[in-house]
This record gives sequence, structure tokens and C-alpha cells, in this order.
Amino acid sequence: MGKLDRQINADGEGNMTDKAQAIEVRDLYKRFGPLEVLKGVSLSASQGDVIALIGGSGSGKSTFLRCINMLELPTAGSVTIHGETIEMKQDGHGGMMPANRRQIQRIRTKLGMVFQSFNLWQHMTVLQNVIEVPVNVLGQPKDQAIAVAETLLRRVGLYEKRDAYPAFLSGGQQQRAAIARALAIQPLVMLFDEPTSALDPELVGEVLSVIGDLAKENRTMILVTHEMKFARQVASHVIYLHGGVIEEQGSPEAIFENPQSERLKKFISSIH
Amino acid sequence: MSEVTAIPAYQAPKARSLFEPHRIFLMVLFAIILLSMAWFMRWDWIPRYQTRLLWGIWETIVMLFSTAIAGFILAVPLGLVQVTGPKPLAWLARGFCTLIRGTPLLLQLWLLYYGLGSLFAQYPEIRQSFLWPYLRQAWPYGFAALTISFAAYEGEVMRGAFAGVPKGELEAAKAYGMGRFTMFRRIWLPRAIQRTLPTLTGETVIQLKSTPLVATVTVVDVYAVISKVRQDTFLTYEPLLLLAAIYLILTGILVFSFRQLEKRIPNRGV
Repeated sequence: MGKLDRQINADGEGNMTDKAQAIEVRDLYKRFGPLEVLKGVSLSASQGDVIALIGGSGSGKSTFLRCINMLELPTAGSVTIHGETIEMKQDGHGGMMPANRRQIQRIRTKLGMVFQSFNLWQHMTVLQNVIEVPVNVLGQPKDQAIAVAETLLRRVGLYEKRDAYPAFLSGGQQQRAAIARALAIQPLVMLFDEPTSALDPELVGEVLSVIGDLAKENRTMILVTHEMKFARQVASHVIYLHGGVIEEQGSPEAIFENPQSERLKKFISSIH
Repeated sequence: MSEVTAIPAYQAPKARSLFEPHRIFLMVLFAIILLSMAWFMRWDWIPRYQTRLLWGIWETIVMLFSTAIAGFILAVPLGLVQVTGPKPLAWLARGFCTLIRGTPLLLQLWLLYYGLGSLFAQYPEIRQSFLWPYLRQAWPYGFAALTISFAAYEGEVMRGAFAGVPKGELEAAKAYGMGRFTMFRRIWLPRAIQRTLPTLTGETVIQLKSTPLVATVTVVDVYAVISKVRQDTFLTYEPLLLLAAIYLILTGILVFSFRQLEKRIPNRGV
């Protein structure tokens, strides 16, 4: 797939880094037994791109996102983050696995993942959740991590809840805490896997507004979502997946106002 | 029925007074029983056995905690390999748990003490080793039997607890670059222990009441002291009633302290 022809925001600070390739996925294949979920999907994003992946259920969009940090192991293809390609080797069963555990763990600490079901660690308070990876994986001093975490929690509006356990928070609050946890590692790329799909309708807004704010600040983000209006607002590029291949992609205007393929037309009219 | 009847406002139930008639009756009854026990039964032996009794209680408590802690430490790998494999190890752990949970503790204790104990004595190498001063005593066998038993029961509980930690939380740890060991130490194990805490109270209380079995292999715990009292004084009820009271109090303390611990650890979302 071609490089994204996106205009870099004028408010971007370093122009050199703006042009850097943040993420490059080439020809990703994924097979679950006899079922081929991804049939050669590629994607590339520059620093600051916000890419929305849309598509019906079973289109492979979540699987694709999870292949980027190797939570799902692709059958074939390559993933490159900021110029570093994840080393893969054959697993002996016709698939691949990361060849270098150190490398994949290091790269994962640069990818801030936000899950559909939040996946906060239930035995830790909100603050402990946020500092867990900085302290115990990245080896930052605890007081420094706490200072960063408190700033982030203030940002997502959860400073008052920092000592609460996740089970005592609403879904929207949990997801905002999970976003703070992802931000705490200062990720190069944020990965959102249907961040609002598990939320009650009235809680979706608070999470989307946090993600929308992040999109404005020159962060590279890949977002799997069903919120079409939101995708249209924040995305710089939209990819429509169907049956494991990219059916259509382009600017949000092109995708939502002038869809070319019949399937995408149907998909968009079914959503609205 | 077109008229909507208003739901009466909620009224909190009256706080129960300690001095309701039935309560006063029960308290009086209890006081009478206690007083008649004190009056009509013989307790004059207590001062004579006081020191021994206290030592016995201490021995019981040490037995309880040392075996519960050691057993729990064994239970963690026993539960873990049943979830993670490799399969041969999982089968071994499952077999161990089934075997221990399927046979009486008394039998295990006697097999260890009379079986293994006398076997050890036949080997000069063992008799001359630095371990012999311990191996010729009774308590190591009691300790071993109680530890193994606790490990087997708690291992089964830990298996369920490990398996029950939501996959998503482990996945999140993985997605943030945690290594396997860090994930185990920081997420999987504490999360599993949090889930087992309520069962742990029950297991520990049961363990307390298993400790008198060690008296059968000559370990002098509180039960053994009471048996001695019975032999010396030919009294039946008084020593046994005292023993019951001691175990009840110990159980009460245990349950109370576990409650305090559980209160400090959130059990929602478990």
C-alpha cells in the first residue's frame, strides 16, 4: 500500500520527526486453523497519523491490530515500528513467532494498547495500574512515575479516583484509566481496540473526548472502532477492511462521502 | 386498577437492642450453665498443668502456622503447573493432590512416622547424618504430614484461582512488554491469591483442627496435654470442655484476623 498522502499539521513541532515512518506493516497474513482471517493487509503511518480501521464484525480489523504488537502471531508478513522490524522466525507449525524475546518486549513497551474490555489489573488501584509498567518494566524511579501518572490522571479526569480500585469505577472511568496507563509508557504509537464497544451508550462520550484530545496532539494512533462519526472527526486516514483484505481506504471525506465499492456503500448506510 | 399506589417510603429496621427478652433469657441460661460448670465440676487441676497447657497451645499454634505457610508455598507451584503444564508435571501435581485428598490424614501421618521413620533408622548413613537428631523426633513427621495435606488442598484451590484470573489482564501485561516472570510476580500470583483469600480462611481453620492428630505420634500439643490430664486425674468432661474452649477461641481469633485482612483487600471484581 502506498504511503499516506497526508498533510502534516502546521502545529507539529519537529518537522523531521513528523516525516518519520512511525509504523509500517507489510503483507500481513493470519490464519486460525483453516480460517484465513487476514489475507495480505499492509498499512503505513507517519508520525502523527490517526488511522481508523473500520469494517463489519469478522472483517479482521481487531486481529490486524493485535498482530501489530504480536498478541496474535501473524502467519506471514512484517511489522516495523520507527524503523525497527520485529524479528520473526518459523514456529515449525507453518506460522511465525518473534525470534527475539527481548526485542519484542522492548518494542511492546513503545506501543500503548487500549483494550475493548479495559483489562485493568483488578488488584491494583488506578494509580498503581498506571505506574506498574513504568516502574516494573521500564525501571523508572517510583516517585517520578507517580508524578507522571498523576498528571496523566488529571488529564483524563480521574485524579480524584487515583486510589480507587477498578471494580469501583464505571466502564467509562475504567477505560479512561486504561488510556492513562497506556500514555504512561510514553508510547510511540497508540493502539485502540474498539475502546468504546463495551461501554454503556451514555459513557461513550467521555472516552471519545479523551481519545479525540490525544488525536489533536501529533500522536500516532491506530484505532479500531465502530463509532463512524468519531472516526470521521479524528482520523487522518480511514481503512475499510472486509474479509481480511483492505476493500477501500482514503481520507475520511472520501470514505464516508464518496465510497467507491458497493460493500463500503452498504456498510456506511447500514451504520447510519 | 388505574390508580397508582405510592410505594411506602423505606424505613430502616430498628437497631436491635442487646436487652430484648429472648436475648436476656439466653444470656441468663448461658450464665447458669457457666456457673454450674464452675461450681459442680472440678477445675482444681488447672494450676498444676498451667505451664504445660500454655506450652501445648504454643505448640499447636506453631504447628498450624508453620504447616500452613509451608503448605501454601508448595501449593503455588502445585496449582500453577496444573494450569500451565507441561503435561507430565500437571499430571503429577494432579495425581499428588488426588492421592493426598483421597486418603485420611491420620493414615498419611502414620505412614510417615511409623513407616518412613523406622525405615530411616535402618540406614547407618542416615543415623550418622546431621539430620538424625531431627529425624528421630516426632515433630518433623507431624510437620511433613500436615504440610503435605495443606499443600494438596490449597494446591487445588490455587489451580482454580490461577485459571480464573481473566485472560485479558494477563494479555494487558504481555502487551506492555512484561516478561513472563514479572507478569507472574506482579499480576498473576497476587491476583490469584486475592481470589483464594476467602477459601484460605476456611482451609486454615480446618488445618487448626487437624493439628491434634500429631498427638498420636507423640508430639505434645495442647491435645496431648489434655490427654495427659485425663489420664492423671481420671476426669473426662472437664479437660475436654477446656480443650473445646481453647480450639473455639483459637478459631475465633483466626477468623477475626482473616476478616480484617480481607477488609483491607478489595474483593469486588475478584
